[in-house]
Amino acid sequence: MSNFAVIMVHTTSDAIHAERVLRRAGLAAKLIPTPRRLSSDCGSAVRISADDHGEAERLLRGAQVAIDRIEPLEA
Amino acid sequence: MIYLDNAATSWPKPPCVEHAIMRYLREVGASPGRSGHRLANEAERIRFDVREALAELLGVRDPRRVVFTSNATAAINLVLRGLLDPGAHAVVTGMEHNAVLRPLRALERHGVSVSIAACRADGTMDAESIEAHLRSNTRLITAVHASNVCGAILPVREIGVIARRRGIPFLVDAAQTAGCVPINVHADNIDLLAFTGHKGLLGPSGTGGLVIHDEFDIARLPPLLRGGTGSRSEQQRQPDLLPDKYEAGTPNILGLAGLAASVRHVLDRGVETMMEHEHALTGRLMEGLRRIDRVRLFGPPDARRRTAVVSFTIDGLPVSEIAYRLDEEFGIMCRPGLHCAPRAHQTLGTLPDGTVRLAAGPFTGEDEIDAAIEAVRILAEA
Repeated sequence: MSNFAVIMVHTTSDAIHAERVLRRAGLAAKLIPTPRRLSSDCGSAVRISADDHGEAERLLRGAQVAIDRIEPLEA
Repeated sequence: MIYLDNAATSWPKPPCVEHAIMRYLREVGASPGRSGHRLANEAERIRFDVREALAELLGVRDPRRVVFTSNATAAINLVLRGLLDPGAHAVVTGMEHNAVLRPLRALERHGVSVSIAACRADGTMDAESIEAHLRSNTRLITAVHASNVCGAILPVREIGVIARRRGIPFLVDAAQTAGCVPINVHADNIDLLAFTGHKGLLGPSGTGGLVIHDEFDIARLPPLLRGGTGSRSEQQRQPDLLPDKYEAGTPNILGLAGLAASVRHVLDRGVETMMEHEHALTGRLMEGLRRIDRVRLFGPPDARRRTAVVSFTIDGLPVSEIAYRLDEEFGIMCRPGLHCAPRAHQTLGTLPDGTVRLAAGPFTGEDEIDAAIEAVRILAEA
């Protein structure tokens, strides 16, 4: 089962930017170390609820936050 | 004690600055961009706070385009050394600080050529005077936004129009203006803006950086320093990502914590409001000094065409003696001499002796200005 999704970013600045935009919109967003199985530029990623995937993508695009991709997080 | 050396560094700082620094020391302490634990994340939030606040203040849309360096000088060196290859030509103004001229003089030994567009004797200039110096190999136009010697504000927006028309990158040295004079990199046609944190932005020394226009292609600008960034750690090449490309090494996060608070203070108080306050003090100071025999004032006669910087001399008294006596006898702190800007003093006709510079700040009061005028009167009439 997969209750979470992970926003992959290139830099920690982008991780904070994403966290900030999502939290301002009332979404739960948590910074986590990037899971090893997902290759990434950055040691940090942003974990969100899997249900918020679409909404988060829309918000981040609207705020022009630079992200790499959003991946489901296997529990 | 009257502090009139705000053009060197602003003081006092708003109380929120020391609170933010103490909070960082007591509650955060970690390095941003590394490690990913809660305190490292909090440090990165602080660093992002400053990026967002400066992006808002200076008109860049993408906060990643605010990159931090140790001071404005480092940001200027980054741009000059990054954009000027052998064979390139640069145009600067006759009011530049050594932060611009010294790196350029060093680059001249490596095949870079430099032209200086003359300014008027009061430090002001017409943007058009840049035009005559442009060549087919001109790769950069650089202008100081306001002179650190006499406060004259240069027409950066109009110079930017010329730079845009010719497709030449335009660097502005905003060391004296960020936080004191409204700036918007889009409206003012500025590609690259070097700023310092410890003057008009009211933050700690050792902070500063470069604001890169949203449309400026960063592939054109290599980094000056390369090293660890916390991103793409498997690679031995510097990442091309903003802001990491220009931020190798552990940053001055203690200073940035203070800067986050001070820039927010500037935004809350409003640059326009602070500028009005400083114009009023500057006008009062100039008016008072003008009435004293033997005192000569430099720079634009209209206080509204300058920052809160007033340079003067007293006939027959060396500037170093004036400054020493202001400090010793009246507790008034200022800066005498050439202010790291011999070329600007050449424009003003104040070489080789220089001037005495009084620079009010956002916390200076009218009573302090009046005390400074009275002190200069006593020295001049002795």
